[in-house]
This record gives sequence, structure tokens and C-alpha cells, in this order.
Amino acid sequence: MTTNPKRSAKQPEHPLDDLIRTDRIPHIWCPGCGIGTAFSSCLRAIKATGLPYNRFTMVSGIGCSARGAGYIKLDSFHTTHGRAIPFASGIKMARPDLKVIVFSGDGDLFAIGGNHFIHAARRNMDLTVICVNNLTYGMTGGQVAATTPNMAKSTTTPLGNPDSPFNLPLLAYASGASYIARWTILHTRDLTTAINEAIMRKGFSFIEVLSPCPVNYGRRNKEKPIDTLKLYQDRTITKNGADPARAEIDFDRGVIIGKFIDIDRSACDDRYCEINRPCSDD
Amino acid sequence: MKPAVLTGEHYITGDIACAEGAIAAGCTFFGAYPITPATEIAEHMAERLPDVGGTFIQMEDEIAAIASIIGAAWTGAKTMTATSGPGFSLMMENIGLAVCTETPCVIVNVQRTGPSTGLPTMTGQGDMMQARWGSHGDYELIALAPSSPQDCFYQTIRAFNLSEKYRVPVLVMADEIVGHMSEKVVIPDAGKIKTVNRPTPVGRKDRFKLYEPGPNGVAPMPAIGDGYNIHVTGLTHDERGYPSMSVEAQEQMLARIKNKIRNNLNDIVQTETYRMDDADIVVVSYGISVRTGLAAVDRARAMGYRAGLLRLVTVWPFPEAMIRAIAGRIKGFVTVEINLGQVHYEVERCAGGQAAAHLVGHAGGKIIHPDKVLECIQREFERA
Repeated sequence: MTTNPKRSAKQPEHPLDDLIRTDRIPHIWCPGCGIGTAFSSCLRAIKATGLPYNRFTMVSGIGCSARGAGYIKLDSFHTTHGRAIPFASGIKMARPDLKVIVFSGDGDLFAIGGNHFIHAARRNMDLTVICVNNLTYGMTGGQVAATTPNMAKSTTTPLGNPDSPFNLPLLAYASGASYIARWTILHTRDLTTAINEAIMRKGFSFIEVLSPCPVNYGRRNKEKPIDTLKLYQDRTITKNGADPARAEIDFDRGVIIGKFIDIDRSACDDRYCEINRPCSDD
Repeated sequence: MKPAVLTGEHYITGDIACAEGAIAAGCTFFGAYPITPATEIAEHMAERLPDVGGTFIQMEDEIAAIASIIGAAWTGAKTMTATSGPGFSLMMENIGLAVCTETPCVIVNVQRTGPSTGLPTMTGQGDMMQARWGSHGDYELIALAPSSPQDCFYQTIRAFNLSEKYRVPVLVMADEIVGHMSEKVVIPDAGKIKTVNRPTPVGRKDRFKLYEPGPNGVAPMPAIGDGYNIHVTGLTHDERGYPSMSVEAQEQMLARIKNKIRNNLNDIVQTETYRMDDADIVVVSYGISVRTGLAAVDRARAMGYRAGLLRLVTVWPFPEAMIRAIAGRIKGFVTVEINLGQVHYEVERCAGGQAAAHLVGHAGGKIIHPDKVLECIQREFERA
């Protein structure tokens, strides 16, 4: 029996292998999906902090993006639908020294979990929330989401979505987030830098990552995988410090990407300690 | 700063006693959402937790409150939330998450009347079946029912201890009367309060499996940051904690979740008896209705009935073996509860036709008068 030399050769180690549960690969994400790209940006950003890995934990809800927590080799939590943020808030308030990252999708964070998002932002809970926004419910087969563009087709709006989507950076800004950025999976270096900044920024950090779902969104909206990426390349406007009110996703007009907000204000756990632990040594 | 254990005699409500029990048991994290008649527990915890270096947070709803305590539990903390019927309903999905991920935590339900908003906020015991089966899927958990403020103190400590020992959410099923009435509560010396901590892993980290059961069927539990790189999921998972979409993994996981409770019933199930030695009519009760039962038993005895009381301190898991054993030697059971039949049907099931099973129930809003129990006894049984 002959062996394919390519197979028998020792596979070179991937530079992110120390952060991946390699025994859980292959992952579930479809060909053309952008979650993996967003996920590896997140891993690179974690690595770039230089902090020990046991100071990190990742929490996710339910959905395609939420499966990320199952592939990262950190203490990681795959919780109930929509509840990643309050779960993560419990961790953060009980162990303020931890870097708590929420990695989940738009359906999870902004429909069923929308209330938790605005309240964690209001409190300036020291979390890094990464939302992979693919404009749809991918795992359940492409239903309309709180982020689906008006008139877009989905399995539950077969003739077009009558509603308007959230402008997520504006929602985060109005709720009180300290750091707000939006990138696409085509802008991996900027995205990695942004996640790194968000991790190091004390307070509620929010990063929206535009990401294609060719199987469940693109297919129904006459958008081939390459078309989506071309939109990300040609129809985005990189602008730091832009007004979040102008951040609606309209590729005809151009979609603003970049860092919207980066401000320093005290976080929930700091203020709780200040008020309730006046006698502590620090 | 007050100490964790406020040794001495106090005149306090069941809600406050419950909060003090939690602090004495080592609780350091409380996720709250206000709801009458459980709010006083949250208010007291907000005041007391900083004394012991703990953390209180009022979340945006009950779903967030329970999610926060499950998350916080994985930092190694003993955690708790308290609510009443409507909030209890909202917590159900995440109670399932705590069961599935084997996360120790304590949920207090100071019951009021339902369904829906019901009679805010008059007493009820209508959440007993929801406590047992309210989250989807099949599982085991533990529910205790305090019947006085003093009992609130002790049962809350016991709830934490059982929760830690078996890595399971434990429900403290109080009710509005027990929660709101003031009575003498004696808090013993700190040294006399037994507290239990969850089993923690030893040995090589690279060989560690998150759900490999120890001798009593319970797997050791590391905390975030301990270096075990744990993955915790509400998906069906194998012993490593990894999702596994197989029938075998489901069978194995559910067997562990059920057996760690079913194989330790002697430790978990607790009952109390009153005038039971020669009784042939057994009043079964729990929570505030125990007081109805006690009065009724004494009066039935005075009237010539051989009545006794069986108090369920642990309601879930249900003391099946005990009810079956008693059923063989008595005329019948009378279950007293402020609902229209919940635990009664469990008693009837375990009586198995060997003894009669009657219900003295009430739609809710007030404690059941002992006369109602006497009426039932007189109607259904003959004097000894």
C-alpha cells in the first residue's frame, strides 16, 4: 500500500494552533462563510496582547458565530440563545481581572439578546463584544434578522423585508459603549488591530464585523460570495471618528467602516469596587 | 463591616433569613431582579455582600440575573438569585443550562399566586411542578421548601451545600408568607455552620476531563483561569465537555445528570415527621402549609384520629421510597398545599393504590385553614 507523501508528511503547525482546539477541527462553517476569518482575527488579537491565556475567557450564545467558543483553546462558554452578555457580565463582575470576550452573531446579540446588549453598554461593563454580522440567521437557514436590509429576501420574508435594520454602531453609541468599530472580513489587519485595542480598552467595547453568508443570505439576494467581498472592497468608506448616526448599512451609498468611538471612562466593576470596597488596599 | 455569620438571636423575615443563610454559606455573588415578594432578599444581599468581599449586581431582567450567576459560578464563586413566579418562568431555560453544564447555583423562588401576574403578591405554592419540570428536556435537580424564617436560614445553607456537592442548581421553594413574616431566627456560631465546597480537580491538567465523574458520580470542577482550558456548552457533550451529536453521548450525559442525584437520595432527601409512630392518616405537607398540617394533626388526634404529619423538606427529588413504605401500613394520605394538586399527584402515584390519597388544596392567596384538613379527615376516614 502506498502512502500519499503529502499525507504522511508532518503537517506544519499553524501559528494559531496554541489557541485552537485542533481536536475539534474541522469546524462547522460553510465554504464562503466569513466567520472563520473574523475568528482568526480575534485569535491573533488575543495573541498580540502578550497576556497569559488564562487571563482570557470567551463566551458565546447560539448560532454559527457562537460556535467559535467551542474552537478556541481558552476557558470558553457556549451558553443559551441571546444570553452570552449577561453570562459574561457575571464572570466579569465576579473576576474583574479577567479579559472577557463575547463572540457571537447578529441574531443572537441584537434580536433575542438586544436588551442585554444595551444594558451592558449602559453600565460600561468591561467586555469585548465581537458581533459577526451576516445580516441573517444562518444556522436556522436564513430567516430575517434585526440586521437584514429593508426589502432583502429571507425564508421568512420571501417577497422582501418590510422592516429596517438596526444601525449597530449607533445603537452601541446611544447605549454608552466606550469603544465602537466596524470592519469587514476583507479588512483583517484593521480588524485584528481593532479587536486588540478593544481588549485593552477598559469598558464596553463593540466591534461589528461584516461577514458574508453566501449559503443563506447571498443565494436569496442574487449576491455571489465574490460579489459580497467586492462590495466590502469597493463600497466601503474607511473613516475613523465618523458619526455613528451615519453608519447605516447601505452599499449603494457606501458603508462607513473604521473606529467610531474610543473613549476612556470608568467601567462597571471599577465603580462597584470604588463604592463598595472603600477599605480595600488598592 | 459585619461578619459573614451574624451569630445571635434575631427577629427577621424569612427573606432576610434566607439572605443571611446565603452569606453564612459562603455566597459571594448575587444576580438580582426585583419582584415582590422576593425583593427583600436582593435588597439585603446588596447591603451585605460587600461585607464579605462579594458582588451584587441588579441585572436588566430575570433571564440576565440567572445567566449572570451561572457565569459567575464558573469563577469559583458560590452564587444565587431570588425571584417569584413570573421571574421563575423567565429563568427556566437557563436553569436547564445550569443542569446541563452541571453548574452549582442557588435559585430562590418566594412563591406567589399564578398563573401569570396572579395575585400580586399573596401566597401560593403553585410553582412546585414547574420547579421539577419547567425547563425543557429530562433532568434531575434539587428543590427544598422552608416553612419558617428560621428554616429559610438553614435551608438556604443546605441549598448551597447540596449545590456544591452535586454540581446542580438547587431551588429554594419558599412562599410569600414564609418570606414576609417575621419570627425569631437563631444564627449559631460560625464554627457550627457546616459549609461544603465543590470538588476541584487534582492531577495532570492535560489529562483532565471536565465531566469525568468522581466516586459519588460528580465530576470535579475547575474555575476560569485555573489553566484547564475548559469548554462548557449547553449542547449535548462528552466527558471532555466537547459537543457530541450522538445518541450515545446523550445517553451518557443524561445518565450522569440523573444518577448523581438518584444514587445519592439518602443524602439529598430530607423529611420531618410529627406524631407519626402509630399514625394511620398521614398529612403530607411542605413550606408554609406545614403549619396547617401541624395544627390539623393535633386537632385530629384530639378528636380520636390517629393522624401524623410528614413534612417534605426536600420536595425534589421526591421521597418516593418513603411514601411507598408508609402507604403499606396506613389508611391514607392527605396532602395539604396551596395549589389545586401538584405534589398530591406524586403522593397518589407513590401510594400506588395501597393507601388512599386526598388533596386539601387551595387556588392561592391565603394559607389553608386547619379546618379544611379536619373536614377532609372526617369525611374520608373513620376514627381509630
